[in-house]
Formats: sequence, structure tokens, C-alpha cells
Amino acid sequence: MSFRDRLSALRVNRLSIGRLSAMAAGVALAMLTVAPAKAQTTLLNVSYDPTREFYVEFNKAFAKKWQAENGQTVTVKQSHGGSGKQARSVIDGLDADVVTLALAYDIDAIADSGALPKTWQARLPNNSSPYTSTIVFLVRKGNPKQIKDWDDLLKPGVQVITPNPKTSGGARWNYLAAWAYSLEKNGNDEAKAKQFVADLFKNVPVLDSGARGSTVTFTQRQLGDVLLAWENEAFLSLQEFGADKFDIVVPSLSILAEPPVAVVDSVVDRKGTRKAAEAYLNFLYTPEAQEIAAKNFYRPRLPEVAARYADRFPNVKLVTIDGSFGGWRTAQEKHFADGGVFDQIYQKGR
Amino acid sequence: MSVLRKPSVLPGFGLTLGFTLTYLSLIVLLPLAALALKAAGLGWSGFWDAVLTPRVLSAFKVSFGLSLAAAAVNAVFGFIVAWVLVRYRFPGDRIVDALVDLPFALPTAVAGIALSALYAPNGWIGSLLMEWFGLRVAFTPLGIAIALTFIGLPFVVRTVQPILQDLPPEEEEAAAALGATRWQAFRRVVFPALLPALLTGFALSFARGVGEYGSVIFIAGNIPGLSEILPLLIVIKLEQYDYAGAAAVGVLMLMASFVLLLALNLLQAWMRARHAR
Repeated sequence: MSFRDRLSALRVNRLSIGRLSAMAAGVALAMLTVAPAKAQTTLLNVSYDPTREFYVEFNKAFAKKWQAENGQTVTVKQSHGGSGKQARSVIDGLDADVVTLALAYDIDAIADSGALPKTWQARLPNNSSPYTSTIVFLVRKGNPKQIKDWDDLLKPGVQVITPNPKTSGGARWNYLAAWAYSLEKNGNDEAKAKQFVADLFKNVPVLDSGARGSTVTFTQRQLGDVLLAWENEAFLSLQEFGADKFDIVVPSLSILAEPPVAVVDSVVDRKGTRKAAEAYLNFLYTPEAQEIAAKNFYRPRLPEVAARYADRFPNVKLVTIDGSFGGWRTAQEKHFADGGVFDQIYQKGR
Repeated sequence: MSVLRKPSVLPGFGLTLGFTLTYLSLIVLLPLAALALKAAGLGWSGFWDAVLTPRVLSAFKVSFGLSLAAAAVNAVFGFIVAWVLVRYRFPGDRIVDALVDLPFALPTAVAGIALSALYAPNGWIGSLLMEWFGLRVAFTPLGIAIALTFIGLPFVVRTVQPILQDLPPEEEEAAAALGATRWQAFRRVVFPALLPALLTGFALSFARGVGEYGSVIFIAGNIPGLSEILPLLIVIKLEQYDYAGAAAVGVLMLMASFVLLLALNLLQAWMRARHAR
């Protein structure tokens, strides 16, 4: 933080103290006069695990902008957890003004409960995903097992760490990326793709229930030769444990992971926060927010910001969930539902 | 009405009974009824279809089998711990006594992370076991058994301890006076008196193990058909928004636990009756 930023932060603080005492005075006067206009809005952003640091920074920027434009203080509360678990909380009545989850499938489930229209994903640009990520490999320093691409994960003696696709949204991206690679390589042969992921999962010794669990298994328990991870998680691991311990390997083909965002209509209409909630999500698409996303290792959508971070995010061939799998509902039904392909590969092997 | 209304020495029976029933309904009965109701949405055949899959059955075996094994281990070693704590004084005995409660107090996820750190192939204990016996503990069913043993231990110790403490010394003295050896006195006088408490501890430890999620999930490895526990299947079904299927597995666990606990209770009552004779 520069001196100037700090100064302005101080000024904001003093401003809000002034506002507080003004409000106290307002309360005292409320018996005599009409209560002052509501000068405070609170939003709840229900998100998944690895976005915590990003939204802390983003919320500050948004509050500043909202204050400048509307003269109103906005406080954004954050809730983090597994993507599916977060969606269930919202379905069960958690008052989320906006949801920013790992998979469109999870917001679809909220839409099925009637809280927002089923066409929610068309309401914002880029499939309602203001930032993207992809799946990369995290390997031990120097890449001792020489892992370059998806094929190397099938070699005997290579241990792959990935969470369980049945419980982890992130793991579903991992699995589908491997599937897409095999399809591409074998001319869309589904049977070969199934064999490919079956062989891949034979090399998985531990299926953690979430992405953070797998990261801990790989980095702290020292288990496995390669971790399949979100790109932003891989960068965070490098930052946390030191670039002298791990390398990031980008495979020849991966999947475009699009974590989507949406306003929860039933909540904002009841709370009267629609305007702020919509502004909050729209702000994600501005250059300022895209810069924050890139700093937190998410791939920005805006080309001019992406260009500035080109060396951090190498160009890789990315397939999309809609293009290669016919959308999340179809992918979920075919691969991860009970008796789906993922269940089949574990029943056959034993 | 008149049958219920027998005059009692203590006042307030009606009020407290009313409170007890309301309270139990709210806290225990209502949630369980909601669970059953959710599962009932599947219908009888739908319920069995959801529950009788190879995946659920193997998780059933893992959860109930390993919980029984862990409870058995706890029955033996918990008994020894209780015995030492009651019958001997030694420096630091109070600290050991307090340590027994630790698995109660520790958040289960913390316990799971700590255990998997210890027993992982690069952990303090795990690396030695690997080196000496070539034994992998973390991320195998053995790891699950260890986690279940850890969380179940206090149940045995804390049920046996007070009974052992209150055992009248006269019985043992009488046995000795009649010429029994120490071992005979233990086997025929002390142990039978403790057996009901030991069984209660066993049952509690077992019941806790079946439902345990947090501490197991980090050390289990969670490989389908091998090291998946029943509570994980519930989470998996919830993750697919299959509320009814999740409730069905929950009801299955409830039924099995109920049958087992009932059997243990009957056994206990029978034993108490026999001992009283």
C-alpha cells in the first residue's frame, strides 16, 4: 500500500467515524424528526473456498467505488466453503445476495429451487463468468518423474493426487479435462476416453473430499508425484510453500474452468438490495476488478488486462464445458451421477 | 388419567414430564422424523434401491466393521486405562486422567488432520511403521480404524471408571478371606461387576464410530469400495442434491445402530440380572 493509499484509507476511516457519530445523533433526534435516509447496505457474497483472498481485495475496491458514486457505505460479507455445500445452504435459506461458485451446475441447483430464473447464465457477459481458470499440474521441483502431459499421468509408478469428483467441484474439472484430452487424442473415441480416466484414477492413492484437502496431501503430507489443481490454487501453493519446492506444468490441452456469478433474485427483492448486488457483479467486469482477479491468479477476461499478465498465464488449448460436454447438467448426469462413468470405473477395476 | 395420577412425594411431576417430552420431541424425535420422512419420499422399493448398491454395502461393511473393531480395541485398552487410573497413584496421574477427555474436546476435523499428519508416510509414526514393518496406515482402512479408536476411547474409560471407583472393597476382601487368589478375585468378583459398564462403553464407542465423519475423512483415503465410510456417501449424495438418497442412507445407519444398541442393552440387562442373583 502506498503512502497515498494509506492516507486516503485514513480519510475514509475518519469519514465513517464522522458518519457514525452523525448516525448516533440521528438516533437521538429520531423522536423529533423523520429518521435519516438509510446510509448503509450490507451484501452477502456466498462463494467457494479458494476465492477468499480475491474477494477481500475486491470488496474493498467495490465499497470505495460505491461510496464515491452513491455516498452510501456498503459492507460485503463473505461466506466460503465447498461449492456444492454453499449452494445447498442458499437453497435451504441462507440470505445470499450474490453467489459466486465453482460450477454453473451448483447455481443451476439454486435456480431449480426457484430463487432465480433458469436462464440466469445469460444475464451477464461471458456465461456469467467474469474470470476463468484452468487445470494444471503441480509437480515436485525439477519434475523428477518428467511429467509433461496427461499421458505421463498413466505411467506405472506415478502417483496422482486429485480430490473426489463426487464431492468436489474442482475435481470435476480435473476429470473432464483428462476426458477431453483423450477424446482429442483418439478422435472422439468415448470408450478410449473411459479407459483413459480409469487408468488415470488407478494411479490415485487418495481421494480427498475437497480441493484444499488434496493440496495439503500433496504439499504437506508429501504424497504423490503430481497434483491436479486449479491454476490459481497451484500459484497459491507456490506462493505459500516457496517456488523452490514445486513447479507448475501446463499440459498441452486443458479445460476452460468458468466459475460463474449470479444475483439471487428472491433474496435481493426481499431485502431491497438489487441495485447494489447488480452493481457488485457488474464491477467484476471492469478493468480495475480484472486487475485484482489477475493478481489473485485468476485469468482475466478483458484482453487488455490479460495481455499485461501474459507471462503468468501461458497460452494453452482450452476446451469448454458447453462445447465438449453439452453443458453442466449433461456432464453431471453422464459422468458424476450415481451409476455414471465415474462410478463405473471404480466398479470395474475391483 | 387416574392411572397416571398417582400421588408422588415430590411435587412438579406433571410439569417436568411435560417439559421432558416436549424437549425430547424437539431435539431428538422431530429431526429423526424429518429424516425418515425425507427417505419415505422414495417409497419402499426406492429406498432399498438407493441403499442396496454395492457401493453403499461396502461402505456399510467399512463403517460398521471398523467401528466394531475400534470399539473392541477400546474395550480392552480403555479398561486397562480406567483400571490404572482408579487403582494406582503415580506422579502425573491427574494429567493422564485429563488427557483421556481430549478426544471429546478436540474438534473432529482437527483430530483428523493431526492423526493423518502423524500417520502419513512422512509423519512421525507413519514413517517408522513404514520403515520397520512396511505398513501403510494413513489413507488405508487401518487409518480409519485408528481414527475411530481415538475418538471412542473416552467412552469406555469414562463409563468404567466410576463403577470401578464405587466397587465396595468388602467383596474383594471377602474373596481373599475365602482363599481366592488375586486373579480369581478379579475374574469372579470384580470383572462381572464391571461388565455392564464395559459393555455400555463399548456400545457408545461403537455408535460414535459409525457416525463419525470429520476425523475419519482426512485419514481414510476415501477410495470407493475400499475405504469409503457411510457418512461420506451421505455427503456425496447431498453433493448431487439427492436429499432423499442421502436420507435413505441415514435411515439405514439409524436402523442398524438401533438394532445393535438394542441387542447390547438386552445383553446388559440379562447380565445385570445374572449378577444380581
